[in-house]
Amino acid sequence: MLITELSQIPGVSGDESRVRDFIKEKLSSWGIEHYTDSLGNLFALKEGKKNGSESGLMLSAHMDEVGLLVSSVEKSGHLRFYKVGGVDERALITKPVLVGPNDVMGVIGAKAIHLQKKEERKKPLKIENLCIDIGAKDKDDAERVVKVGDYVSFYSEAGLSGNIVKGKALDNRAGCAALLEILQRDYPCSFTAVFTVQEEVGLRGAIVAAYRIKPRIALVLETTGAIDIPEAKNQDHSTSLGAGPAFTVKDQSIIAHPRVLERLIEVAERQKRTYQFRRYGGSSTDAGAISLAGSGTAAGVISTPCRYIHAPVSMLLKEDWQNLVEITDAFIRSVYEKGLEI
Amino acid sequence: MIELIKKLCESFGPSGRENTVRSLIIEELKKNGVDFTIDTLGNLIVTKESKESQDAKKILIAAHMDEIGLMVTFIDEDGFLRFTNIGGLLKNTLPGRKVVFENGTVGIIGQEKIKNTKELVLDKLYIDIGAQSHEEAKSKVKIGDMAVFLAPFSREGNRVMAKSLDNRIGCAVVLEALKKLLSFSLPNTVYFVFTVQEEVGLRGARPVAYRLKPDFGLAIDVTRVGDTPEPEFNTNVALGKGPTVKIKDSSVICHPQVTNLMIKVAENKNIPYQPEVLERGGTDAGAIHLVREGIPSGALSIPCRYIHTPAEMVDLDDVKNSVSFLSELLKVSW
Repeated sequence: MLITELSQIPGVSGDESRVRDFIKEKLSSWGIEHYTDSLGNLFALKEGKKNGSESGLMLSAHMDEVGLLVSSVEKSGHLRFYKVGGVDERALITKPVLVGPNDVMGVIGAKAIHLQKKEERKKPLKIENLCIDIGAKDKDDAERVVKVGDYVSFYSEAGLSGNIVKGKALDNRAGCAALLEILQRDYPCSFTAVFTVQEEVGLRGAIVAAYRIKPRIALVLETTGAIDIPEAKNQDHSTSLGAGPAFTVKDQSIIAHPRVLERLIEVAERQKRTYQFRRYGGSSTDAGAISLAGSGTAAGVISTPCRYIHAPVSMLLKEDWQNLVEITDAFIRSVYEKGLEI
Repeated sequence: MIELIKKLCESFGPSGRENTVRSLIIEELKKNGVDFTIDTLGNLIVTKESKESQDAKKILIAAHMDEIGLMVTFIDEDGFLRFTNIGGLLKNTLPGRKVVFENGTVGIIGQEKIKNTKELVLDKLYIDIGAQSHEEAKSKVKIGDMAVFLAPFSREGNRVMAKSLDNRIGCAVVLEALKKLLSFSLPNTVYFVFTVQEEVGLRGARPVAYRLKPDFGLAIDVTRVGDTPEPEFNTNVALGKGPTVKIKDSSVICHPQVTNLMIKVAENKNIPYQPEVLERGGTDAGAIHLVREGIPSGALSIPCRYIHTPAEMVDLDDVKNSVSFLSELLKVSW
């Protein structure tokens, strides 16, 4: 399955090349023309079946995931690190990781529980108290296989069990997989699909990608947090698994363009697909950058709800993802058939 | 002009949902036979070309139409609504306020039990639209719907009080200046732009400045004052002492070319003005001056008390002087 295959690939912000290569190979094998820009954004030019039917539509999904970056090597051979993107520090301890381009296996270690003082046990460990242990004898030994500046990605086997998909980086490999699924289908109109870089560190790839192609309409395929766990009150869930893909009305980066949002609702209703609204008003997506590029773009966001995003392992439902694909499919066709007056 | 200010302030227009305000302004433009265009994000653009010179400078005047508001995020079993903020809502001004949705539904902001005011966060607040069930609430309001304060316009002497004087007063000033200048031939090409989504991060101004490629930018907005008992803000700006020439806020350091010209014009025309250094807050000038290769920008502000509360206050002399100031500024060559 595309989602699980993509989930396994390391691709922390700024180091997306292996994800990009995977996607490029698929595009080439399907005969879809593509190119990469200076920041690493990958543009796929999907040809419509009807001549001269440019839709002005951009679909996008970011390739990068949150992770870590080696900041220094201790004399003991342990690696100190920084966060790349919004990582929950408290979730790091004892997690396996892959370091650098050669995927050196490591474990995030800290003082063992029986060695911790009483006060230490009460507080979650901070990043300063953690290090990556690659089993090196000392600094020289470590530096034979890793170096400062190496990216660190979570190591987490992706799995599929019935309706459940689990794995790291489902934010946003699920979006990439959906976009690849779309690209395999036939459409009457042409559009550009963009696999962006560096979303998790500030929507950076999308800024230049949208500037380059100047779309009229953009739909961003994302993965968003579902907080439907026993600890949280219903009103704080933001999204729920199984309730369908989530449409964004407003987040920290965008107020979705009303015409795009209305059309998403319209096609979802017509197709009798389940959908929900994202209820949390914060955090950002590429749509924020795209909507302000050039003279402005009418942009919207559709997301697969996902539990435990930005952690070493996350979980989503295949049916939500499938509904995202179908609503996106219907949206593209609808933009061609009825147009979309802004 | 009072009627216009009242109409603009009492209308519904949170960021991203400015259509009602835009329609009101369009009505005024049509009455005066003025052409306009609307861009992708909803910015309303009026262009007055200079006929005097081939290489006339182009000036972008920006006044934002949007106001702060609330957006529904959840409807509970009993029909109470949870909400998030649109722009900079001040939490302590919320409990007990009435709000109104675009479809006219009215609600009251209620508050859960809290031990002290520090616990007053948005999560502790809800909107009560009088619904007696989840179904009844859902029939009136859905997730994603926005609301604004419901607050009547009042006038006491030379001062007016209303919600969203930030920045409907700016819109009114630009409209009045535009009307005044209709019969004039101007030395500069002027784009009068009523922008969207200022309150959520100066979002409308950026793409419209990109589109229009002006030589200069000037934002017309409100600014904070320090003329009330134990004021919250460290500023000399006071109500009734004239429009301000902005020097700096957190979004922009105004270009000296613009501020110097503003001061010169105000002094030549005997228009009272106040220099403005705003500690916190931004305006559309912050977005405009960073567009393309950079656009020298400034701002003319109308002093305003109680900004971002349901009851803001401005002085009518300041408003009149702002109209004259803007008109005179646009009559000189930049």
